[in-house]
Amino acid sequence: MKVAYWPGCVSRGFTPELHGSMAKVAPLLDIELVELDRAACCGAGVIAEHNQELADTLNARTFALAQQEMARGADLMMNICSTCQGAQSECQERLDASSEYRVRVNESLAPEGLSYERGIANKNFLWLLVEEIGLDHLRSLVTRPLTDLRVGPFYGCYILRPTDRVGIDDEHPRDIYLQQVIEALGGTVVDYAGMNKCCGFPIITMNKDASLKQAGRHLGDAKDADADCLVTPCPLCHLNLDLQQPAAEKAVGRELDLPVLHLPQLVGLALGLDPKELGMGKHVVKPTTVIDWSTSVVAGVGGGIGSRAASGEVGQ
Amino acid sequence: MPEYTLKLRRYSPESGEPAYWEEFTADLDGHRSVLDGILQIRDREDGSIGIRHSCRAAICGSCGVSINGRPGLACHMHLEEAQKRAERDGGVITVEPMGNMPVLKDLIVDMDAVHWKKMQRVTPWLIPEGEHPEREYIVPKEAMVDVTQTMACIQCGACVSHCLSMEVDPLFIGPAALAKAYRFVGDPRDGQQFERLRDLSEDPHGIYDCTHCFNCIEACPKGVAPMSQIMRLRRIAGSDHGIEDRNNGHRHENAFVKNIERNGLLHEADLLPDSYGGKFHPRAVPELLSSLPIALRGLQRGKITPKKALLHEHKAPQEVKDIFQRVHGHDTRFELNLYVSGKDEEQSGEQDNHDIVEGAQAHGTPSSSSAERSPNSV
Repeated sequence: MKVAYWPGCVSRGFTPELHGSMAKVAPLLDIELVELDRAACCGAGVIAEHNQELADTLNARTFALAQQEMARGADLMMNICSTCQGAQSECQERLDASSEYRVRVNESLAPEGLSYERGIANKNFLWLLVEEIGLDHLRSLVTRPLTDLRVGPFYGCYILRPTDRVGIDDEHPRDIYLQQVIEALGGTVVDYAGMNKCCGFPIITMNKDASLKQAGRHLGDAKDADADCLVTPCPLCHLNLDLQQPAAEKAVGRELDLPVLHLPQLVGLALGLDPKELGMGKHVVKPTTVIDWSTSVVAGVGGGIGSRAASGEVGQ
Repeated sequence: MPEYTLKLRRYSPESGEPAYWEEFTADLDGHRSVLDGILQIRDREDGSIGIRHSCRAAICGSCGVSINGRPGLACHMHLEEAQKRAERDGGVITVEPMGNMPVLKDLIVDMDAVHWKKMQRVTPWLIPEGEHPEREYIVPKEAMVDVTQTMACIQCGACVSHCLSMEVDPLFIGPAALAKAYRFVGDPRDGQQFERLRDLSEDPHGIYDCTHCFNCIEACPKGVAPMSQIMRLRRIAGSDHGIEDRNNGHRHENAFVKNIERNGLLHEADLLPDSYGGKFHPRAVPELLSSLPIALRGLQRGKITPKKALLHEHKAPQEVKDIFQRVHGHDTRFELNLYVSGKDEEQSGEQDNHDIVEGAQAHGTPSSSSAERSPNSV
């Protein structure tokens, strides 16, 4: 399938390994990525907080650019960031709700010859995996099942709430897709308290202590549930959970040392890609519980938590 | 009659025992509420079960609880719907007291200790300016429609229960109280808009302590969308009143917006120093120094490259800059509130008649606002 691909800012900024791993994984899943390289930042909720119409216009422009690609054969628009998904869904909700408002916003796009038409399909890679590619097909592509790897899902708020805006319903249980994907890849899902909570990133410059305590608490909960790693579809969460993890350790007063993977990295590992080409060496917390670097073997590395879990030592 | 298993969190402080779970069975129609189920169990099996309730019709806000991990009113959740949601958690409807507040007994929490204290914190009454009018205040209809969303609050505490900022910072003023604050900030009769906003911006646990998690929007049984109200408070505080809070809230917002206007995409290396007022701002220096080990580790891992950090490789296309100019150039800031306007489909045949709420209209600029906001005082 062909998608109008919106990588977002952070995947090309401080988490380059996300953009890189998506590019490696896409061909294996038969996804052709047509990058929307002229589009601008979704605003991450901050531009909307400053001026709603500005955020709506910037995202309408991104949607209009995607719709141009869709007219040329792309099936839908895809993003790889929970925050982009949520911020864009919020703008889309307003744009799609009112024809009068759409006219107003489109006036700002007119000088560029663009126009947003109601009802674009914009899906995060996670949703696309489950809804377009399908778990059965994904399972059939796995060449290196993540056996014994205990993975804690970390969604990011923007892709979970409000449920009606992000399209979570009986037919689309998008709030359990990460668990389903982990299982399809052969891994073990770790249930822990912080799975659906906030990483704290939005207030890192305003209330650093509270922000880091959020990250530290969820990492700690996952650690206590014997996770080998977390996986997240949100690069902003990744910044607080991985890049800031040394600071989060200080904030909560305990050692964490829990690797955090981007979703395409986890998929790539199971599909047989080399950890290095997935940029796993670029993380602040080295994924030693996930990969044996000498052999590129995934999970359950010598006496680690994974092997303990397998031998039934881990109690709840 | 279908049977439903309800697992209740029990706690009795005088017993000296820790909290524990207890399972009961209710036999009621699926369209009856979880509250009905609990009350049946209390009548038939254990009269000591503690739950606060009154109207049973989602009006009084007394029976806030957490059902299978989601906050809400026990009277506002059908047993069959609760059962459906419970299927994911082993098929048992689980009811526990709300979070972020101390438990008094079983499902009853101490609303005074948290919720009502925070409500008092925001001065929840009108403080008009100037002389009172001889008769009633006359205000524009749109201005009152604008605050109806926050007036829909029934003080149930569901949003407070699951507030993720409050979970790590119990001093956070929180969603319910800040939504209430907007009810007065947005009221044209109030004369203390600036003072209220300065107070809530300067408080390190005020409007800039909200972490955008949407839990309060999800929790609210009345559609108050507290987080959206907090964002409106930020908008008015920062953009209309130019309040530079010491929490870097407004500076961060400004830095972010300018960053995108300049680069099109977020240039993270600039955002941090700019959020603190620029690389050489006295406030920025200690922050940047404390972030140095993290930046170095990023460099070491190849996550951040010096080229990426120092150069601005990505420039916003002129079209993006034009959009910033054009939207910033509007006389008033537009704000489409779907709670007020509804959606196209819901307004059958009235596609051309939408309320586009002009966010800044009712408030005007700070200098002109008092006259606009208190039309009867002039």
